[in-house]
Amino acid sequence: MSHHILELKDVHFSYPDGIEALKGISFRILHGESVGLTGANGSGKTTLLMNLNGQLLPTKGGVSIGEIPLNKKTKQEIKRKVGYVFQRPNDQLFMPTVYEDVAFGPVNLGLTPEQVDERVKSALETVGCLHLSHRPPHRLSEGQKNAVAIATVMAMKPDILVMDEPASNLDPKSRRQLINLLKRFEHTKIIASHDLDLILDVCERCIIIKDGKIAADGPAEEILLNKTLLEENNLELPLSRQNVIYKGLNLKATKAIPEKGLTT
Amino acid sequence: MTFDSEYFNIGYLDSLSYKDTFVHRLDPRVKLLVSFVFILFVVSFPKYDLSGLMPFFIYPVFLLTAGDIPLRVIAKKVIFVSPFALFIGIFNPLFDTSVLLTLFGIPITGGWISFLSIIVKFILTVSTALLLIAATSFLGLCEALERLKLPRVFVIQLLFLYRYLFVLLEETFRMLRAKDARSFGKRGSEIKTFKRLISILLVRTVERAERIYQAMLSRGFRGEIRMLRRHTLRVQDFLFALFSVSLFYVFRHYNIVSILGETLGRTLR
Repeated sequence: MSHHILELKDVHFSYPDGIEALKGISFRILHGESVGLTGANGSGKTTLLMNLNGQLLPTKGGVSIGEIPLNKKTKQEIKRKVGYVFQRPNDQLFMPTVYEDVAFGPVNLGLTPEQVDERVKSALETVGCLHLSHRPPHRLSEGQKNAVAIATVMAMKPDILVMDEPASNLDPKSRRQLINLLKRFEHTKIIASHDLDLILDVCERCIIIKDGKIAADGPAEEILLNKTLLEENNLELPLSRQNVIYKGLNLKATKAIPEKGLTT
Repeated sequence: MTFDSEYFNIGYLDSLSYKDTFVHRLDPRVKLLVSFVFILFVVSFPKYDLSGLMPFFIYPVFLLTAGDIPLRVIAKKVIFVSPFALFIGIFNPLFDTSVLLTLFGIPITGGWISFLSIIVKFILTVSTALLLIAATSFLGLCEALERLKLPRVFVIQLLFLYRYLFVLLEETFRMLRAKDARSFGKRGSEIKTFKRLISILLVRTVERAERIYQAMLSRGFRGEIRMLRRHTLRVQDFLFALFSVSLFYVFRHYNIVSILGETLGRTLR
């Protein structure tokens, strides 16, 4: 299905105050691919994501989704195709109740009340939050807000899912649930995160951004195990691959941990 | 009264509105209209008519008991705003010195009567308004306002106010705590600091508004927000409205207190 291909050609973006956040980014993401986007703070991840669904328009170069080039005219259509999950769920959830929030997108798509109801219920079901439908967002926990924020986007049935730091502020269990949820989605996914373990778990491809340019683009397993590359970008090996195992350590050991016990 | 306690106070009033009682279940439109009619009736009393107002206490007392709302919460808030009413009426006893009646040999002037009637009217109207808020969810009220044809822009403003009130309060809360953690005694708590805090809060709010707007656009917002309709008018809503409004009408046109007094007097004699 060629219409889910996301293509960036030499995308530049400068903010009105003159800061050039993106300096020529090109890549192509195929249907069903899940791509992790990482890089140091301020490297341009969020700016890049905002250029993908028309919140910002590239100052030079072009973004196209399928055969549609992103411009002022096609912005509305692109927004429907590219679902954007914001970093802070409090920004994403603005309606008085969870149900209405999830329904906001489908209603704007002009669906009938029955279709809206069905979409809302199935989206909430997917993220396991159906029981929260009548709660106001300010009475949810951070993990619940996060899940509902994803549901609001899922209810629009986007072709491509874009997420900005989906796991920040989550406790380990909620984070694990989120990872399992993301693994189940068959959408094309683009996830910006510093949580490299999450990227390793969910994505098969990884792009590292440095100063508005692509520093690396390749299979996640390869890139995320390249220690020097990661360190150049203010990152470090994913925790799960640091392999620090206290070998000799067990409950019976009374001596201090021997130096040799630490293997890297 | 500190910022923290006020914050939890608002949260508490909000949580009261999620109860499930007869009063909470009534259609918000009906509650809103009946309360409005009630207030109109109360303020329509002439200034010397104190006894005629007394039966009207039945309405707030009904909301309070049937709505299972603690009296203390409402009483505290009524007392909190009472200075306004006190100052409106406080000079009446000085200006209006005509003696209207004598009670146990003490002459009571018109000024005192009209002062008391201002206070009674104040308690009746303010407590009813507070009880209306406590016994109706904010969303219900907004829905009622919308369906009573208030311009949508206002209703949506109210909805956003409700949604972000808590977020904004928490933000302020965090900033104040960060300030307290690094200020000692008077140093660091000067007006200057608060001016800066407020300006930062404003900038953050504008930025947040920008992000929210982007989130709305991302989900196809084109200038219209449609709300869910949760309530339908049922028989008990009509009965409640009919019964209460006719009761107010009777209270307004017949002085129940004096009728009761006279009947009681006659039977005793």
